[in-house]
Amino acid sequence: MKRESKVSNTIIFFVLLIGAIVMIAPLLWMVSTSFKDKSGVFSLPPEWIPAPFLTDAYERLFELDQLWSGIKNSIIVSFSVTIVGTITSSLAAFSFAKLRLPFKNLIFLMLLIGIMIPYPSIMIPQFVIFSKIGWVNTLFPLIIPGMFGNITMIFFLKQYLSNVPDSIIEAAKIDGAGYFQIFTKLIFPAIKPAIAAQFILWFMGAWNDYLAPLLYLNSPEKQTLQVVIANLNASYAIQTDYPLIMAASVISLIPVLTIFIIFQKQIIESVALSAVKG
Amino acid sequence: MEVTDKKITDVNKNIKRKSQLYKDEQKAAIAFIIIPVIGFIVFSMIPFFISLYASFTDWNGIGQMNFIGLANYKSLFKDEYFWKTLYNTFYLMLGIPIGLMISFLLASALSRRIVGKTIFRVIYYIPVVSSLAAISILWQWAYNGDFGLVNQVLDIFGIQGPNWLQNVNTVKPAIIIMAVWKGVGYSMLLYLAAIQSVPRTFYEAAELDGANAFQRFRFITWPMVKPITFFLIVTNIIGGSQVFTEVNIMTPTGGPQYSSATVVWYLWRQAFNNWKMGYASAISVVLGLIIFIITALQFYMNRRSNYKLD
Repeated sequence: MKRESKVSNTIIFFVLLIGAIVMIAPLLWMVSTSFKDKSGVFSLPPEWIPAPFLTDAYERLFELDQLWSGIKNSIIVSFSVTIVGTITSSLAAFSFAKLRLPFKNLIFLMLLIGIMIPYPSIMIPQFVIFSKIGWVNTLFPLIIPGMFGNITMIFFLKQYLSNVPDSIIEAAKIDGAGYFQIFTKLIFPAIKPAIAAQFILWFMGAWNDYLAPLLYLNSPEKQTLQVVIANLNASYAIQTDYPLIMAASVISLIPVLTIFIIFQKQIIESVALSAVKG
Repeated sequence: MEVTDKKITDVNKNIKRKSQLYKDEQKAAIAFIIIPVIGFIVFSMIPFFISLYASFTDWNGIGQMNFIGLANYKSLFKDEYFWKTLYNTFYLMLGIPIGLMISFLLASALSRRIVGKTIFRVIYYIPVVSSLAAISILWQWAYNGDFGLVNQVLDIFGIQGPNWLQNVNTVKPAIIIMAVWKGVGYSMLLYLAAIQSVPRTFYEAAELDGANAFQRFRFITWPMVKPITFFLIVTNIIGGSQVFTEVNIMTPTGGPQYSSATVVWYLWRQAFNNWKMGYASAISVVLGLIIFIITALQFYMNRRSNYKLD
């Protein structure tokens, strides 16, 4: 806009800067605390750059078995759910968007209403069912339902597919291509960016999940990383071992933050796009 | 004669081939959607109906489900803890309008020509992608009465901060502040996308007509971002009615005098600590009903105000 003056933009810049400091300061403080010793966290005024700078908390953390099992379990759950779930979801999105089937829209509407059912409303019967078949304290209740697909992902991919012209699919059909082939050869390459963005978002969600893992996993060696750090928080806070607790939180955040920084452009674009379209 | 006969069989063949194609297409269509549909039925729909039925029983998760009519609902209405947790849940939703206002202002600021726009966007979005468990742990430490970051900062301004999470009056605001901090980047991003999709010509025309900044906001920006506001309010209310993680981590016992216990946290206690599955199911049904009513009301109001705009 022409009206934008340099003065007002400078003022706005400084307001945004203060906001950004508020957003980032707690996280920096977490990192800073993780490099202190137990008594260093109680120094007043607080030190932002710890002196002495210690890696002691990380060393003690890495000796804990549940940290490594937590990382392992989180990797198993997040990857298996998102890889298999992305395949099932994108095939379903292709079908909902491009294939002819009676009552297709009705089925899709049913699925959409389904995401309105809050998880707390279904978690009790789900828990009892899974415990009857002996799945409590295993990773199955966290993995298997997700493999059946993610309705949010189906929804966004279906939206995205409406930009792909029907004619290329018709052409492939006349050439006698099978539908799975049409998907792998035509559809998948066309919507790859959307699939990638949705995959990343889902992966971060699965990595960060807390409620379901807390519900199903009791023994420390079975728990995912989020539950492990929450338990460390509960047990080490009594000993005021804040460096260790903060170190554990830092470790749990690193994978997701790394993914975010690398793919920030795609993630932000995809989230913004979903808003305008959805 | 021969020629026409051949033509007819050709057409017949074509029809046959077409319907065969159509059948194949149907088969493929069903094969591709069947997995998510089964998943929905098995993992959402059936548990939902079991939950509905269980709310009328004395189910403890292990034994029989004995039908006891409305007994769970009757005791729920007399359960002061339930009312308290319901009140707390709604109280925490005060963060929704606050968060939306802040994120709208941030988005308006970022839609201008500002140095470092991309970096700001990334920084504001970092808490959104961070795990709620880790963030709750971090803020629990930040709210520490003597050595926490929050009170250290307040101290610079000469304010003696309370022991946030141990104080009946501050524990809910503390959780609200954290939730706003974590969520503001997401709403900001959606608002930013909406603001940027408003055609520039609208503003130029309004300026020519002599509209001031407030009028341009009131009659152009606000109506144009209204669908996003609506979307954010609905999703935030659905999410806000299910707050659990931050409460369970920051105040494991539900806070001083249960002052931070939410409905889902209470439901969890009843179901998985006291094994009162029937009673907890009744709570979940009431919760689902509340969410449904609020969402339906939102859709209704949104439609009405849209008519008004026309």
